[in-house]
Amino acid sequence: MARRLTTNVLLTLFLALLVVFILGPLLWLGIRAFATSWTYPNLLPDGWTLEWWRKVIADNQLSTAVQNSLTFAPLTVIVSAVICLPAAYAFGRHDFAGRKIMLVGIFATNAFPKMGLFVTMASMFYALGLMQTVLGIVIVHVMGTVVFMTWIPAAAFGAVPRSLEEAARDAGASPARVFFRVTLPLALPGILVAMVMSFLASFDEAQGTYLVGYPDYLTMPTQMYSLVLNYPLQMAAVFSILLSIPSVLLLALAHRHIMGGQLAEGFQLR
Amino acid sequence: MRPTVTHTPSTTTPAGAAFSPPAAADAALVLQGLNKELGGRPIVTDLDLAVARGELVCLLGPSGCGKTTTLRMVAGFLAPDRGAIVVDGKDVTGLPPERRPSAMVFQSYALWPHMTVFKNVAFPLRLKGVGKAQIAERVEAALELVNLTHHMGSRPGRISGGEQQRVALARALVQEPALLLLDEPLSNLDARLRVKVREEIREIQQRLGITTLLVTHDQDEALSVSDRIAVMNDGRIEQVSAPTQLYAEPETEFVATFVGSLNRVSGTFSDGGFVPGPEVTAVRPEDISLHDHPGSATFPVRVDRVVPHGSFIEVVLSGEGQTLRAFRSGTVPVVGSQVHARVERSMAFVDGRRVS
Repeated sequence: MARRLTTNVLLTLFLALLVVFILGPLLWLGIRAFATSWTYPNLLPDGWTLEWWRKVIADNQLSTAVQNSLTFAPLTVIVSAVICLPAAYAFGRHDFAGRKIMLVGIFATNAFPKMGLFVTMASMFYALGLMQTVLGIVIVHVMGTVVFMTWIPAAAFGAVPRSLEEAARDAGASPARVFFRVTLPLALPGILVAMVMSFLASFDEAQGTYLVGYPDYLTMPTQMYSLVLNYPLQMAAVFSILLSIPSVLLLALAHRHIMGGQLAEGFQLR
Repeated sequence: MRPTVTHTPSTTTPAGAAFSPPAAADAALVLQGLNKELGGRPIVTDLDLAVARGELVCLLGPSGCGKTTTLRMVAGFLAPDRGAIVVDGKDVTGLPPERRPSAMVFQSYALWPHMTVFKNVAFPLRLKGVGKAQIAERVEAALELVNLTHHMGSRPGRISGGEQQRVALARALVQEPALLLLDEPLSNLDARLRVKVREEIREIQQRLGITTLLVTHDQDEALSVSDRIAVMNDGRIEQVSAPTQLYAEPETEFVATFVGSLNRVSGTFSDGGFVPGPEVTAVRPEDISLHDHPGSATFPVRVDRVVPHGSFIEVVLSGEGQTLRAFRSGTVPVVGSQVHARVERSMAFVDGRRVS
């Protein structure tokens, strides 16, 4: 009896701490974004206002950053998908010489400290004239998504039972038809997950973008640096909330359409 | 050189009629000298088989005997190293699966989980460019054939294994194939359902008169649905016979052992005793009769064990240094008692071949 009580108390304490550490900062952020000012001993801000939101939207630099982010992230996803999905199909469906080594090799871009990689890339980019160009930024962003866009779809393609493809061939479909009508739809949940993760990776990328794009192309995460240093805290809070909107939206969408959908149900089949 | 086989109009055969081995020219499917090696190991060796129009032939054999490889060659998923596959007088050996006039029901059913039952069955017709109204009509007819019209809008993941199996059958039948291929179609069903579904499959096959090649390792399944059975062992066909013939007159020791139960001893039963010898004598358990009193050609045995099977009783006997199994119905012998056995009928094999 007493032991169960202690376990319960400890568990409650642990959960409370978890809430404080995860929800605490978010709550602080949420209140900050709407506060005129908020000083230490007071539990609530001195007043409420939408002024900071107006200021962020009116600020030319910040709104450009939002636009840039919303351009680069989808662009990165598209470019990455075009380059990586065929490779993912090959990795998932065919056994060729050097397959294992190449799979691990793709992971290598994520195995080293990013900054070191970017510095060597910068010297190359200078030589190729890619600094402060859209292409340069997209290359940096795509590099961060290659692992997601290859490994997850490769597993998804590999998980499509061969008999389903054979049944389609038997029913009279050409190999291309089989791919677009059977293989691709069945691998779609994995591909969508990879796309969501790539989008978020691109959306959150700051170091490489800063190095390659500064000062012409600044995205939301790169703007966070100057925001924290040069603007009122409340504007940083507003910007943080804006920055997290796509993540929350995409995760909610992924949850509804991938985890709960009939596509997931399909995978319970043999 | 591949044989040219001329197309002949189909001759209707009454349901249940016995098929005699078809002449090559009359056959809906001819396999000629098929050979296939996989990974340097011969899987199928010099396989010849002719299936008559409307006939259901079963490839029966243990796992690894090459029966599935043979079926996959017929479907077009594997190319034979040598030999020819002729369907309805047309050599299809070089054609990809999508251009062959056969339709296959897969062991795992292979229904597309992202399509409804209706769309699964409609898919082959849509590929052929059949009109919408006609698709609806034909799909409905196919689903009616397997009693599944009420599940048209369901997804395959939501219906039972037996229903999935029937959808797979409907998807094959809707194509009106010249040849229906069934790959272990019942192995994923539980025992009771298996008997029901196999009867349904046989009934539909006979009603439509559709030429069918069925692969199974289950002798009950083969015996109960086939017009003829081809027993395969080690990549070769050992015997092709009608079910009753196969059971009663096996040509090889392998066929005798694989189909039905068998007592196998080295030696012969003669004049009421057992004489050890080089030849193998095989006796079906139902061909051993048990008597309370000695008679002509009987020998004494002891009842070691009695195993009831419901409709019959299996009696394990020992005598003459041998262990024998006998099937009988009626009275149950007492364990440990002494009875007299007589071999009513036996087969003899030398080097695996039947000699008497």
